[in-house]
Amino acid sequence: MNTLSRSFLTVIIIFLYFPILYLAYYSFNTGGSMTSFEGFTLDYYKSVIENKALMTVIMNTIAVALISSGFATIIGLFGAIFLYLIRQKYVKSTLLTLNNVLIVSPDVIIGASLLILFSIFGIKLGSTSVILAHIAFSVPIVVLMILPSLYQQNSNLVLAAHDLGASAFHVVTKVLIPNIKPGIFAGFLMALTYSLDDFAVTFFVTGNGFSTLSVEIYAMARRGITLEINAISTVIFVVVLTISFIYYFVSDKKIKRGKTT
Amino acid sequence: MRFLITLIASSLLVGGLFLFGTKLLNNTSSSETDVLFVYNWGEYIDPELIKQFTEETGIRVVYETFDSNEAMLVKIKQKQRYDVVFPSEYTVEKMKKDNLLLPIDPDKIPNIKNIDERFLGLSFDPGNEYSLPYFWGTVGILYNPETTTGMDFSTWDSVWDESLLNDVLLLDGARETIGFVLNSEGHSLNSTNKEELDQAKQKLEKLSPNVRGIVGDEIASMMKENEAKVAVVWSGMAMDIMYENEDLIYTIPQEGTNLWFDTMAIPSSAKNIDGAHQFINFLLDKNVALQNTDWVGYATPNQAAFKELDEEVKNAKEFYPDKETMEKLEVYRDLGPEWTEYYNELLLEFKMSLD
Amino acid sequence: MKRVLALPYLLWMVVFVILPVFLMIYYSFNDMSGNLTLQNYAEFLSSNYIKMTLNSFWYAFLITVITLIVSYPLALVISRLKHKTFWLLIIIIPTWINILLKTYAFIGILGINGILNSVLEKFGLMKIQLLFSDFAFITVAVYIFIPFMVLPIFNSINGINKNLIWASYDLGASKWEALTKVIIPLSLEGVKSGIQITFIPALSLFMLSRLVAGNKVVTLGTAIEQQFLTNENWGMGSTVGVFLILFMVFVMLVTRTKKESI
Repeated sequence: MNTLSRSFLTVIIIFLYFPILYLAYYSFNTGGSMTSFEGFTLDYYKSVIENKALMTVIMNTIAVALISSGFATIIGLFGAIFLYLIRQKYVKSTLLTLNNVLIVSPDVIIGASLLILFSIFGIKLGSTSVILAHIAFSVPIVVLMILPSLYQQNSNLVLAAHDLGASAFHVVTKVLIPNIKPGIFAGFLMALTYSLDDFAVTFFVTGNGFSTLSVEIYAMARRGITLEINAISTVIFVVVLTISFIYYFVSDKKIKRGKTT
Repeated sequence: MRFLITLIASSLLVGGLFLFGTKLLNNTSSSETDVLFVYNWGEYIDPELIKQFTEETGIRVVYETFDSNEAMLVKIKQKQRYDVVFPSEYTVEKMKKDNLLLPIDPDKIPNIKNIDERFLGLSFDPGNEYSLPYFWGTVGILYNPETTTGMDFSTWDSVWDESLLNDVLLLDGARETIGFVLNSEGHSLNSTNKEELDQAKQKLEKLSPNVRGIVGDEIASMMKENEAKVAVVWSGMAMDIMYENEDLIYTIPQEGTNLWFDTMAIPSSAKNIDGAHQFINFLLDKNVALQNTDWVGYATPNQAAFKELDEEVKNAKEFYPDKETMEKLEVYRDLGPEWTEYYNELLLEFKMSLD
Repeated sequence: MKRVLALPYLLWMVVFVILPVFLMIYYSFNDMSGNLTLQNYAEFLSSNYIKMTLNSFWYAFLITVITLIVSYPLALVISRLKHKTFWLLIIIIPTWINILLKTYAFIGILGINGILNSVLEKFGLMKIQLLFSDFAFITVAVYIFIPFMVLPIFNSINGINKNLIWASYDLGASKWEALTKVIIPLSLEGVKSGIQITFIPALSLFMLSRLVAGNKVVTLGTAIEQQFLTNENWGMGSTVGVFLILFMVFVMLVTRTKKESI
């Protein structure tokens, strides 16, 4: 690892983290806004903990993200393997195009059409409809993340497994899936990103008091976003970062013990 | 494979736990009648008042927020249940036409007596059959006297001043932007006269060197940071900004401007109609309205509450204008789909001509 | 086996893609009072929309190219690190903070009294209006898309059989040759995937064009947003949506990989 690439990595990481540190910095501001820093306070953190409605929203947001990403990863993984196994050229490119429709469609269209869809099917708006909608728009991104890994793996392995008499089930579970692990992981992470960021789709398909952080933040925009939101984001950010570090140390030890997974 | 199962199972499990957690946090098993679905703009009510309402009446409030009239409309049209909504006046007119509002029974709202008569029976809902005013305001000019030395922005035309090159922020709303240009020419901001509108279009084009951006809520953070010298804004937004940047001044140009209302109404999808009346009546109570006005900071149409406000607030002429100014204000009328689209097209073309 | 796997995916496709697309096509032939018409299509071919389309393509192109220029070396660097997955996570984590909030942070950073301008001032340079410019728009868009581009490229580079790279060295290839003749060609799958994930959504950005470009950049996304919400003209909004899908198909054809076309 030479200095050039090391400094490149550092610069990019600073670029990516700078806005977040900026938000975190102002979460301690007595001034009440993100303009001038007047003094240090922990008030916003205190009021987040005391604010039951806000805590509910945070828990909802995390729940929706995890559940929808989990389901989207399974569906997307199956979809990607299915697309990979199709041999007819036109069928494959048609399906792949359909796959990407939701990626190109602006959120307003997705939100409005899902609202109509849920109304037709009589699905009550609330946590279920929001999770369904998030699964819907996360599946294509999972597929796009997994497909390159599939194409890249050595297809001879699959053929060899077949020749050795492995059942189709075994080929998929013992050969294919372990080979594309990074793709699956990437798909899951991107599904999380899509879910946590979404505002417009959630807005249209939510109801019965169910709300996520993004919806709350956008609704606040007219009156100015309170620093409580900065405080929440800082907490979420720190927690996620801590979990990643723990993961890093745990996997590091595993490697040292020679137990690579 | 084990990796995959662990990943999926743990995310579903943790997610499920969180979802279960929120159910516990808000454990409720109440019947239909003692729940009230309220749909309002974000940060537009003192949350303490919702608690107080529940304590007084036993009605649990399910509170949701929206960020634009139009987005709220989409959900009402799809028959999503809300018992009380807070549409702006032009949306009230539109909803009335589309039969999306239920009539308000004045007998159930004795606190109507608290509302200033000037704000009742206005053109968008004569007789207040469907809506009652919640907060009101104007569209005006917010400027920084330090960077715009010598200018007092008493006329709309001052926005065209050459010294404001690339320093004017406009609202991303066709009615607001085309409206003030029409006002500057002495026309009605509800004009459906092609000639007047073409004239406005040409005048707007002359403004383009001065336009920094055409935005929405971001005007607030831009003006707080002195990023631009001048902005055409709603009075409510101006109040929020001036609260944090005390150097700024809000003014209503003498040619007149728009008078807007956010109202309380009962949508056609409502189920708890009795509760909705109780809620509206509660918000019109003198003490409740006073507390809410303190918290929200916008101008209240509640005469009884207004009298109790601090002298300083009461005397702020830019937010509670005198009779003479009030006479020049005009409420937006719903222009119907064709003219609305024409206004929007004018603004879109203007945006595309900017660079 | 294939059928069992395909079932949930195909179900998803029918319910959430095919059905809505039909709905959208149906709406695109409707005028505001619900009569069948071709007028929306005629309007799309007018100069305003053509200009908007070209605009959208141009910005999406710029954003994609710049994102790629940053992301490829980044993915390459990460793939050589000891704790690859950890560093990859470090790149992804910023995407989990709400985008509107990050945009507000950018307003504070790029503003006239913002951090960047204070730094410029310290070095004795002129303050510049960065906000509401093409520069701000592209910077923030690139910021958002970097992780999306890095992930697939990283996975591709990471999946290259290391022996191939060693073999090229053994055959006397220089580091540069190994990169251009072995690594880049073998990671093209990931690059294409990354381009799709960036270019396709970049065509319809609208939030950003308002927040950081002050609506001076008007994209097809802006038009759809306005038609659906402000004008309540779902017909015209759907028509623009139909064209967006057609453009996406075009992008897919251009970036189609060899393996897909076998």
